[in-house]
Amino acid sequence: MKPTYSPPRAFGLGQNTGVSVKRDSLSLSFAVGVYGAAFGAASVAAHFSVLQTCAISLLTFSGASQFAAVGVVGAGGGAFSAIATGALLGTRNGLYAVRMAPLLKVRGAKRIVAAQITIDESTGVALAQNNEKDSRTGFWWTGFGVFIFWNIFTLIGAVSAGLLKDPAAYGLDALVPAAFVGLVWPRLSGKRSYYLAAFAFVFALSLVPFVPAGIPIISTALLAILMGWRA
Amino acid sequence: MSIYWITALGTSTACFLFKYLGHSVPESWLAHPRVQRINVLIPVALLSALVAVQAFTDKTKLVVDHRMAGVSFAVAAFVAKLPFPVAVFGAAIVSALVYRLS
Repeated sequence: MKPTYSPPRAFGLGQNTGVSVKRDSLSLSFAVGVYGAAFGAASVAAHFSVLQTCAISLLTFSGASQFAAVGVVGAGGGAFSAIATGALLGTRNGLYAVRMAPLLKVRGAKRIVAAQITIDESTGVALAQNNEKDSRTGFWWTGFGVFIFWNIFTLIGAVSAGLLKDPAAYGLDALVPAAFVGLVWPRLSGKRSYYLAAFAFVFALSLVPFVPAGIPIISTALLAILMGWRA
Repeated sequence: MSIYWITALGTSTACFLFKYLGHSVPESWLAHPRVQRINVLIPVALLSALVAVQAFTDKTKLVVDHRMAGVSFAVAAFVAKLPFPVAVFGAAIVSALVYRLS
């Protein structure tokens, strides 16, 4: 059987033909990009500078990993658990890349660019198309589109949040967990994922009083490995 | 170098390496069903743990405060299939209101 690792279906995309691929790619890019403002605000609320926040969006460019890394630091965790948590959330992009590579057939500098924009959205749009040409169009347009809007809105969110003196008075401390709810939501399908979500939630909370910050989060990866070991 | 730069650059390097590796290895290397299954489940576990820790803890203590109101709004919004920014920024507004009123 061919591997069938697909991004979560959270895109509301139908089957497209021809020119509508570019239009759909751009409107999706804008909708996702706006959410970069939430990351910018969350990152500044976790005491990252505006420059560091923008660097993360440019260089990491993977929403869940970014939120996780700044979230772990914001909760008092060390750099190692922040990076490990962000990295583990980034492994899925590697699996998207495996699917996109035979379609894109790029080398050298172009492969570096393609790698950086291999994310949920670009892969999702590419795989929703009927033919290879539209898939490639969807991948590049969505990848670049999200990259541009995500980074613009990161800057806007970071600068705006920097102006606030008490982040809690503007709900920034709730914005971060709410964002994680939104990131996990489309990934919940099937009994196993619901059990795992509930188990990880309780497991992490039960560890919080006893181990250093950051460890309760990263340790739930073990639960995922145990649950995924058998079919 | 501060913890912030180490985190920013470390996370970026790791994430890029995964992306680039995926474009460069033969498809068969990562085709094992177990690898696929675990990769679907890891984000579910980590993101659920992040919801828990970010909403219900303060340093090493478990707490219930204004953030719960915000997160509850977000859950309701996602159940109602509202768009992402509405759910997330709505959660911030609800939480801020509870924080100011309490």
